[in-house]
Amino acid sequence: MATKTYNPKAWLFVLPVVILVAFNALIPLMTVVNYSVQETFGDNVFFWEGVGWFEQVLHSERFHASLLRQLSFTGIILAIEVPLGVAIALTMPRRGPWVSVCLVFMAMPLLIPWNVVGATWNIFALPDIGLLGRGINAMGIDYNFTQQPLAAWFTTILMDVWHWTSLVVLLAYAGLRSIPDAYYQAAKIDGASGWAVFRHIQLPKMKRVLTIAILLRFMDSFMIYTEPFVLTGGGPGNTTTFLSIDLVKIALGQFDLGPAAAMSLIYFMIVLLLSWIFYTLMMRNEDQ
Amino acid sequence: MSKISLKNMRHSYLANPAADADWALKTMSVDWSDGGAYALLGPSGCGKTTLLNIISGLLAPTEGTVWFGDKDVTNVPPDRRNIAQVFQFPVVYDTMSVYDNLAFPLRNRGVSEDDVDRRVREIATMLELDGMLTNRASGLTADGKQKISLGRGLVRDDVSAILFDEPLTVIDPHLKWVLRSKLKELHQRVGTTMIYVTHDQTEALTFADQVVVMHEGTVVQIGTPVELFERPRHTFVGHFIGSPGMNVLPCELEGGSPLFGGITVPTSQPIAHRPGGERLEIGVRPEFVTFAPEGIPVEIVRVSDAGRFSIVDTRHGDHSIKLLAPEGQELPSEGAHIRFDPGHTQVYADGWMVG
Repeated sequence: MATKTYNPKAWLFVLPVVILVAFNALIPLMTVVNYSVQETFGDNVFFWEGVGWFEQVLHSERFHASLLRQLSFTGIILAIEVPLGVAIALTMPRRGPWVSVCLVFMAMPLLIPWNVVGATWNIFALPDIGLLGRGINAMGIDYNFTQQPLAAWFTTILMDVWHWTSLVVLLAYAGLRSIPDAYYQAAKIDGASGWAVFRHIQLPKMKRVLTIAILLRFMDSFMIYTEPFVLTGGGPGNTTTFLSIDLVKIALGQFDLGPAAAMSLIYFMIVLLLSWIFYTLMMRNEDQ
Repeated sequence: MSKISLKNMRHSYLANPAADADWALKTMSVDWSDGGAYALLGPSGCGKTTLLNIISGLLAPTEGTVWFGDKDVTNVPPDRRNIAQVFQFPVVYDTMSVYDNLAFPLRNRGVSEDDVDRRVREIATMLELDGMLTNRASGLTADGKQKISLGRGLVRDDVSAILFDEPLTVIDPHLKWVLRSKLKELHQRVGTTMIYVTHDQTEALTFADQVVVMHEGTVVQIGTPVELFERPRHTFVGHFIGSPGMNVLPCELEGGSPLFGGITVPTSQPIAHRPGGERLEIGVRPEFVTFAPEGIPVEIVRVSDAGRFSIVDTRHGDHSIKLLAPEGQELPSEGAHIRFDPGHTQVYADGWMVG
């Protein structure tokens, strides 16, 4: 390789982006760090607290419970949305006039604002006036998501699957479309079964887009707030209080800035760590 | 192993073909003898790939039948047709090793692992892939990948024909020659029928014993490279094969001889009288045109040096005639005349040779 040229002036070109990142990420993040190590009783008077809040959050059963709920929720929706999204993408036509029709229908849920989704599903699932709620009850199943934890979970998951499976579908479909016809023809001639085509052609070619889909769905669902907040408000009891709902309760409901800031940072670290693990695992074989 | 026959076959991609132009392949009956090395030559869009896909079974012809030996396979799917196909862009199964790629078609057919191992190693040696059997197939260069595609066809001992769809398109020029010789060598060794689609005449002429020339969905001529060169049955063949292509000049018939610009052009045999209304043309290759003391008067427009010979562009009236002059030959300056070798001057009616 040629020797590298060092030119300090080059930093000037990087400067705008450094400033931008500083304003939209670093500075807000540092104010949170600031709160997380101090205690205040109002009037802008702060007392040094050290890592006390972090210890408190990490040992709090309430935090453990919402983290467990959060992990379960994310795990369940990933386990449903990824296989379902791939399955739908596989059944979509590869060419012809129906392609655009399918794509538009698939994109529609993604265009609806989150709080509208929450409100819609709230009414849709109400046992006395909602179509879904009344329908389930009419089948003889006692269903009331405002009172039964299981029903609340079922409704929240169903809502998320309805809202976000399309994203996986669209990404998987893009991956499938990039496979040249010759691969399918060669597989036919090689006598490959449908499963072998999926396992050895479609899945490997979808790997990159699926990695992105899983990462996006993981991050989004791990930080989900608006939809369950509007649908169940975190209830009944605390049964659908996910991490971000809990965080808002502590920060704005109880106005405990210190613990809330510490929790924010821990929350952030968990998202970062899990995303990194996901990405590393999925890209493990890429460079061999 | 068996002969492949297409009987009264034609194909259209449209649901209700009506006009002549709706047919991607016009009615044809072609026999491919067992063990032959064929090239399917023609410009892009002439129907070569369609024809290949019909033989391999990826497409079913709109009309007519496909026979392997005495078995009608028109509606038999590709995996049960004893055919292998190598595509323009190399197809390898990325997640598998080279070994598993080669073993894939055998394993799909339930061949025992012992036989798989024996066949894969044998073919890998033949293709010089034996040093990289454990490598991931995705890491190979384009020519290595194309060898794998070919190998997946060769490992099956039931294969009666291997079809190639412009397999050297993505290969580096200096490797093209190597791979082509390898193909030729393999053909002699395994004796499988090979059909090689290309738009490159050099590839076709060096690979094949028999060249099938296609033009606008029609097979215009099947012949050895020499036949195609010396007796093109259609002006398209004359034009497409050879560099520069054949001179094609309008003519009239008078007393069994063609008349070009009022001058009689001698042919080896008299031409039978033709009904009127046809487009009549003389075809003569630049190789068979020479300067002569008398004949067709021309003026020399341009001379381009092509190494061992010069390509001379001449003009008679509105018509351009090319000829090849040996290196070092002195060209006449004023009042040049040319003559056509009667043994290699053909007459064409509406594009087809009539004498």
